[in-house]
Amino acid sequence: MSQRLPLRLARDATFRAVATLSAVVALLLLAWILWTLVSRGASSLSTALLVTDTLPPGRGGGLRNAIIGSLIQVGMAVIIATPIGVLAGIFLAELGDRSLLGRVVRFINDVLLSAPSILIGLFVYQILVRPFGGFSGIAGAIALGIIILPVVVRATEDMLRLVPSALREAAFALGAPHWHVVANVTLRGARAGIVTGILLAIARAAGETAPLLFTSLGSLNWSVNLTKPMSSLPVTIYQYAGSPFDEWVGIAWAGALLITLGVLFLNIVSRLLLTLGRGK
Amino acid sequence: MSDVAVGNLSSAPASRHRGFARGEQASDIIFRGVLYAAGILVLTLLGLIIILLFQGGLPVLYAFGIDFFTSSAWNPVTEKYGAVVAVYGTIITAVIAVVVAVPAAFGISFFLTEVAPPVLRRSIGTAIQLLAAIPSIIFGMWGFFIVVPLMAAYVQPALASTLGVVPVIGTLFSGAPIGTGILTAGLIMALMILPFITALFVEVLESVPPMFKEAAYGVGATTSEVFTAVSIPYGRTAIVGAVMLGLGRALGETMAVTFVIGNANRISASLFSPGASIASTIANEFPEAAPGSLKLFALLELGFLLFVLSFIVLAVARVLVRSRLET
Amino acid sequence: MNDISTSGLIAADRKVDVDAIDAGIKILVENLDFFYSGKQALFDINMAFPEKRVTAMIGPSGCGKSTFLRVINRMFDLYPGQKATGRVVMDNQNIVEPQVRAAVVRSRIGMVFQKPTPFPMSIHDNIAYGIKLNERVSRAEINERIEWALTKAALWGEVKDRLHTSAIGLSGGQQQRLCIARTIAVKPEVVLLDEPTSALDPISTAKIEELINELRSEFTIIIVTHNMQQAARVSDKAAFFLLGRLVEFDQTARIFTNPREKSTQDYITGRFG
Repeated sequence: MSQRLPLRLARDATFRAVATLSAVVALLLLAWILWTLVSRGASSLSTALLVTDTLPPGRGGGLRNAIIGSLIQVGMAVIIATPIGVLAGIFLAELGDRSLLGRVVRFINDVLLSAPSILIGLFVYQILVRPFGGFSGIAGAIALGIIILPVVVRATEDMLRLVPSALREAAFALGAPHWHVVANVTLRGARAGIVTGILLAIARAAGETAPLLFTSLGSLNWSVNLTKPMSSLPVTIYQYAGSPFDEWVGIAWAGALLITLGVLFLNIVSRLLLTLGRGK
Repeated sequence: MSDVAVGNLSSAPASRHRGFARGEQASDIIFRGVLYAAGILVLTLLGLIIILLFQGGLPVLYAFGIDFFTSSAWNPVTEKYGAVVAVYGTIITAVIAVVVAVPAAFGISFFLTEVAPPVLRRSIGTAIQLLAAIPSIIFGMWGFFIVVPLMAAYVQPALASTLGVVPVIGTLFSGAPIGTGILTAGLIMALMILPFITALFVEVLESVPPMFKEAAYGVGATTSEVFTAVSIPYGRTAIVGAVMLGLGRALGETMAVTFVIGNANRISASLFSPGASIASTIANEFPEAAPGSLKLFALLELGFLLFVLSFIVLAVARVLVRSRLET
Repeated sequence: MNDISTSGLIAADRKVDVDAIDAGIKILVENLDFFYSGKQALFDINMAFPEKRVTAMIGPSGCGKSTFLRVINRMFDLYPGQKATGRVVMDNQNIVEPQVRAAVVRSRIGMVFQKPTPFPMSIHDNIAYGIKLNERVSRAEINERIEWALTKAALWGEVKDRLHTSAIGLSGGQQQRLCIARTIAVKPEVVLLDEPTSALDPISTAKIEELINELRSEFTIIIVTHNMQQAARVSDKAAFFLLGRLVEFDQTARIFTNPREKSTQDYITGRFG
C-alpha cells in the first residue's frame, strides 16, 4: 500500500466535503432570498393590491395597473416573437446546414441570446421611441419580444433536431412536401419542447426591468393605451423600492414576491412539461 | 447485366399512369421563402442593433473624439463625459463575479455529477437552476436591503482587518465599510451567474466518455482525482467557454448592479468604494438625459461600448462551447 | 403476365415454376453512379427490377444496397452533398433527374424503414396522413382505405377497436406492419423495404415475410436484407452487391444454388460479411 494513499484519501474526502458545502450554501442562499420575499412581501399582499392602481405616497394603492401592464406587454411580446422565432428555428433545423446564411444566423442568435437586455431597450428606444414621439406600451412589448425571440429560436431548433431523422424520412417517403413534413410530423414531435422553451422565455421576459425603462417607461396611472407609456410590475417595483416611503417599499416587496412566484411557477411547469413529454 | 429485354419498357403496364410532375411544389417554394425570411429577419435585427447603437453615440464622438474613451469625467453641468469609470466598474465587477462563481460552480458540479445520491441529483440541480430564474431586480432588492447592511456591519470590517492589512492587496480591502460598492455588486452578480455556469459545467462533465473515467479509476484514482485529472481536462475548451458566457452575462447585468454599486462616478483603489458600471450608469442617468442632449449621446455611446465588449466575449465563448458540445 | 397466387406455396417450390423473365420491367437502372460528400458509393449500376416480383438486394454492410434503395425513391435529396448520375427509369422517365419532383416519385415508390417509424399520432391518422397527401377523398373513402390497408398488412383484427389510440402504444412488430399499411395505403406501384425485420423478433419477422408474399401480386417489391434465409424465402430475384458494385443479379434460386461469381458464393456460404 502506497504511503501516499491516506493523504490522497483525505484530500478526496475534503474535496467532497467542500463540493457538498458549496451546493448546500447555494441552496441556502436560494432559500434566504425566497424567505426574504415572503417575510417582507406577504404582509403587504392583499386583494386590495390586485384591484387598486398605484397611488401617490400616503394613500395606499396597489399594483393593478402594473400587473395588467406587464401582462399586456409580455402577452404582446409572445404574440410577436413566437411565430418569427419558431420559423427561424425551423429555418436553422431544416435549411441551416446547407448555407452560410444558416451558420451566420445561428451564431447571431446565440449572441442575441446572451446580449445584455439593457441594450435591447436602448435599441428599441432608438428605433421606435425617439422617431415616433415617445414612450409606449408597444415599444415595451417589442423590446420584450426581442428578448424572447432568440430563446424561442434556440428551443425550436434544438427540439426539432431531437426528432429522429427516421421519422422525417418516413413522412417524406409517403410523398409529403417539405412544409407538410415539418408542420405535421417534426413539429408535432417537438411540440412539448418548444412550448417549454416559450414558457421559459415568458418567465424571463416577465422579470425584465432594464429594457422597459427606455421603452414603456412606466406610468403611475391606469392605462391600456399601447401608444402611451405603460406601467409594468418590474419597473414599478424598481421605482417603489428606491423610494423613501416605507409604504411603497412594502408594496415593492409584495410585487417582488408576486413576480418571483409567477416566474418560478412557470419554470417548474415547463420543466414538468418537458419531463412528461420525454416520458411518452 | 439485365436479362430482361429493354423493349418491354414501353409496354410495361403501369397500373395507373400518374406521371411525374416536374419542378418543385409551389407550396414548398413558399415554405422555403418564409423560412429564409425569418432567418434573415433575425440577422437584420442584430445588424440594426449594431448600427443604431453605433450611430446613436456618434455625436459624442464628434464632440470629444478619442478623449471619450480615456476621460474619467462625467459632468452634466460642464457637459464633459468620459467612459473610463463605467468601463472600469463594468470589468472589475464582472471579474469579481467570475472569480467567486467559478470555484463554487466547480464544487457544485462535482457534487451534482459525482457526490450527490442519484435520487437527489435532479431535485438539487433543479433547485439551483431556479436561482437562475429569479429576476435580476429581485437580486437587486435583496442585495440592497439585506446584503448591503450585512456587508457594512460584518463582512467589510472583517475583510479590512484581515486581508486589508496584507501588503499590496491590502488597499483593495480598505476604506469605509459602507456596504454598497464594487465588491458587493461583484458578489451579488457571482450568485446570479453561478447557476448558469454550473448548468453548463454539468453538461460538459456529463459528456465525458465513461471509458476515460473508468481508465483512471482502473489505476486507482480517487473520485476527485478523476475529476481534476480527467473530466476537467477533457472538457476544458467548453469549460472556458462556459466561464466566458458567465462573464458575458455579468458584463451586461443591470438592475442588481444598479441597486448595490453605489452609483458614484469615481475610480478608487478600494473594492469597498462605490462606483458605476456601464449598465448602471445608463439605467441611472437615462431618466435625466433630455432627448438630443449630449448626455443622452454619451449614454448611447456607452451602450455601444458595452455591446462591443459583450459581443467579443460572447462570440469567443460561443465558439468554445459549441465546438466541444457539437462534436 | 402470369398471375401468381403465392399464398400457401413454399417459396423454394415456387421459384422453380415462376419465371421472372415473363414479368415486365418496372424500374430500369442504367449506368447509375452515386456520390456523397465527394466519395463515390455506387459504381455503374445496371439492372432491371421486374414488375410485381420481389427482388432482394443482399451483400455485406456498407456494400451500398441501402444507399441504392435511397437513390431509387430520391431519399438522398434530403441531404446536401449527395448526388446521383445515370438513369433510373420508370414509365419512360428518368426519376433521378433533379427536375422530377421527388414527392411524386416517393408517392409512387413507397418505403418501409429498418426501424418502425410510427408518427406521434393515432393509428387512424398515421394511415390517413399519406392518403390525404396524395388524393382528395371523402372521409368514408379514407376509412375504407384504412381498413383495406390494415387488412392487407394483417393488422386490422388487432387494432380495429383502437384506431384512435396512439400508434406509439403498439408493439414493435405491430408498428412495422402499421408502417407497411401506411405505405401501401398511398397505393404506390413499388414498395421498398429496407431491412424491415432487423429490429423485430422471429414471430413478427415471420408475419412480415408472410405479408410480403401477400403483397407481391399487387406491388413491385424491392427488399434489402442481411438475412440470407429471408432473401431465399421471399424473393424471386436477388442482387448481390459488394463495395458499391453490383456483382451478380439473377433468379434467387440460382444465386443461392449456383452463383456465377466466387464472391457471391463466398458471401452466401458465410465466408465473409
